[in-house]
Amino acid sequence: MDRIPILKLGDALLVTIQVDMHDRLAAALEEDLTERIAATGAKGVLIDISSLGIVDSFIGRMLDTVAAVSRMLGADTVVVGMRPAVAITLVELGLELKGVRTALNVERGMALIGRWLEDGDGDERDGPAAGDANDGDGG
Amino acid sequence: MATGDDAARGTAVLAIGSSDDVVRVRQEVRSRAVAAGLGIVDQTKIVTAASELARNTLIHGGGGTVRVESVSQGVRRGVRLTFEDHGPGIPDINQALKDGFTTGGGLGLGLGGSKRLSNEFEIDSAPGRGTRVTIARWK
Amino acid sequence: MAQNGSGGLAQTVAEHQDEILSEWLALQVSGGALQSGRIKEAELRTQCRTFLDLLRDGLEQGGTDPEAPAFGRAKEVLAEVSRSRGMQGFTPTETAAFVFSLKRPMFNALNRTIEAAAGEGGGAVRAASAATARDTWDVTLLLDQLGLHAMEVFMKAREDIIARQGREISELSTPVVKLWDGVLALPLIGTLDSERTQVVMESLLQTIVDQSAEIAIIDITGVPTVDTLTAQHLLKTVAAARLMGADCIVSGIRPQIAQTMVHLGVELDVTSKATLADAFRVALTRIGRAVVKAPRAEAAAPVAARRR
Ligand SMILES: Nc1ncnc2c1ncn2[C@@H]1O[C@H](COP(=O)(O)OP(=O)(O)OP(=O)(O)O)[C@@H](O)[C@H]1O
Ligand SMILES: [Mg+2]
Repeated sequence: MDRIPILKLGDALLVTIQVDMHDRLAAALEEDLTERIAATGAKGVLIDISSLGIVDSFIGRMLDTVAAVSRMLGADTVVVGMRPAVAITLVELGLELKGVRTALNVERGMALIGRWLEDGDGDERDGPAAGDANDGDGG
Repeated sequence: MATGDDAARGTAVLAIGSSDDVVRVRQEVRSRAVAAGLGIVDQTKIVTAASELARNTLIHGGGGTVRVESVSQGVRRGVRLTFEDHGPGIPDINQALKDGFTTGGGLGLGLGGSKRLSNEFEIDSAPGRGTRVTIARWK
Repeated sequence: MAQNGSGGLAQTVAEHQDEILSEWLALQVSGGALQSGRIKEAELRTQCRTFLDLLRDGLEQGGTDPEAPAFGRAKEVLAEVSRSRGMQGFTPTETAAFVFSLKRPMFNALNRTIEAAAGEGGGAVRAASAATARDTWDVTLLLDQLGLHAMEVFMKAREDIIARQGREISELSTPVVKLWDGVLALPLIGTLDSERTQVVMESLLQTIVDQSAEIAIIDITGVPTVDTLTAQHLLKTVAAARLMGADCIVSGIRPQIAQTMVHLGVELDVTSKATLADAFRVALTRIGRAVVKAPRAEAAAPVAARRR
């Protein structure tokens, strides 16, 4: 079975989801990411979903789980590039991914991870408060 | 509701027996939604609902089929989907429709969510007989 | 001559098609169909001929039930004619006349079958009369149904125009403006119904992507009332923006609105500020900018300095 590649960039892991994922592929990504975080000691995970035409409850739950698991392993996750129509649909579906941090695009996501790395060793679960507009619990 | 021209535009029946089939259902529904002239948000809503219901058919219903119809009513156009399985059925439909109710360790959002994402929603299920869910989204 | 239901009807139409067509056209022309100048005679003739051909096919294959698939093509052409008339600004009466003015030529054609039977003696005349009476009734029902179909399509076309104009107006009336690099504002004015909120929401979210904006200020100073549904829409917009990686600030919630919302049990679980200016200040801080005083002579505009 094919898998989605995970790139390592400094202290961060980078995943770009480019295919219409079937459920097994999504489940495999969740496992692979967990393994790689543990193996590399990465402090940040960036998941780019700008190519995804939909996010349903399965993929949504995968994103939630990855964020929760990586937090336990000392890494923060940011999901970037969600399209407007996908976001509107996801809210209507009832999934708000409250535990997942988000950014507009890869560049902004990497900047966010950069700031987390600057501010601490990743054990600071809430991340920096000021200037970090997109915390799930921010505002 | 459905008029004579439904027949002219044709229907497709797809089998749902694996998670690859769920992907195929999404693709078929997407192309029908585009052909019916649905906007990007409406497309995303019906494809997401289709993904949820196809997965329910696969996981809870033990596999089944979906009938994908391009429909019209006067000058309105849309897509109608009928998911059908001969699985265990749903004993309490109202309960199953509630957000958060699941018997399979899911999020319990699929059924209620796909109702919110559709313009028409109909469910027919009885223990031992199986389940049929029909949804439609209009332009 | 066999006069069995629509078999006979189809045959009658086929035999008298040319007369029916020219009578039908003449009736429409004398009824003023061409007067508005919206349609040329040649076009009308083509529409009539096409429809009559398909109607005859329908009668041959599908009897007189307008729901039969055999009438599918005829109905499509009829829908096309009605739709284009709806778009071109024809009145409902003018549009309905297309189908209804076909009745008389059809009745005349049916009556001719009685005249034809006259040469064959009294029994034949009686049989032909009975068949004609039945056929006349069937044609009436069929054309009435088709007429209703035509009106439905016509009305829908008009509704679509109205809906489109409504959307265009609400797009026009809700401009998303850029306040600063990465900061958008959406000044809402007027009543927010579901339809409009939807349009607003989509255009805001799309602008967020287009301009890579991190913060959007939704200003509702100009909104007279906020009901539960509107509040929910606002909340959904905020939630969707967050999923995309942007933050929303709601500003300009008037005291009465705040009160109503609390009474309704809707609390806007978002950052909110009294005025657009307050919200803008918060937005600037969040993107790491601050407004500082500068000597007037040097700069007319406030200077924004980087935080670090
Ligand atoms: N086709 C079906 N056959 C039998 N039971 C079904 C079917 N579809 C849904 N159900 C029942 O309804 C419940 C709710 O379905 P719903 O899709 O809302 O949640 P879920 O599938 O459990 O989780 P998810 O949020 O991942 O979709 C299911 O747990 C299951 O018990
Ligand atoms: Mg489900």
